[in-house]
Amino acid sequence: MGEGIVLKYNVPGDDFTRAGEASGAVKSQLKQMQLSPDVVRRVAIAMYEGEINMVIHAEGGTIEVCITPEYIDMVLKDKGPGIPDVEKAMQAGYSTAPDNVRNLGFGAGMGLPNMKKYTDEMKVETTLGVGTTVTMRIYI
Amino acid sequence: MKVKDVIEQSGLELVNMGDNVDDEVGSVFCCDLLSVAMGKAPAGGAWITVMGNVNTLAVAALTETALIVLAEGSDLDDAAVAKASQQGITVLKSEKPVYETAKDIDILINA
Repeated sequence: MGEGIVLKYNVPGDDFTRAGEASGAVKSQLKQMQLSPDVVRRVAIAMYEGEINMVIHAEGGTIEVCITPEYIDMVLKDKGPGIPDVEKAMQAGYSTAPDNVRNLGFGAGMGLPNMKKYTDEMKVETTLGVGTTVTMRIYI
Repeated sequence: MKVKDVIEQSGLELVNMGDNVDDEVGSVFCCDLLSVAMGKAPAGGAWITVMGNVNTLAVAALTETALIVLAEGSDLDDAAVAKASQQGITVLKSEKPVYETAKDIDILINA
């Protein structure tokens, strides 16, 4: 992470009512900084998908956002079960989300693909039984 | 057409009056899968869906959807009503299916 404004959030596990709070807060912050609507939207989408993933699969986690004059970095860390096959998880339509999650309108297998689509750089580091860290960058 | 005009002229039940009633409604979008809506719902659009939970509201807020129209007589659950009010999101309700609801709104905003 470079120099810049750093924002930190806790994402509570298994609480769909609060998912979106962190991305909403970041979105407001970026709008106040008068960044382009396209950048704000991409950050909001990528972060919300990440939040939802943490709630569904990892019992929550932490998000650190770093805003610099050139780019915005988002680091999403969880202590969940890890992703057995990242390549598969990156395929649109592939999902391991349970039925109760699908009933809420999630679990379409679009989370990670959306995150990749809306960011300029994305890295997934995962260890089974230890957790997953997703790092994303969007250039301003 | 502005959000307030859609509220007045659509004849649909108003579930929550948002704080964006002077915003323009530019298009209509139909989707029930929130991850798809997250990526594709247009800013300033009327989003027709049958999903009335808090996450629908979160997606609408993040995508800057102009208003949500619940089709097929679906309702917001209690938590979603509270969230709509807190986030100032306009929500209408229609008894018609998704396609008919979308068609009506499309005709209205393009009249």
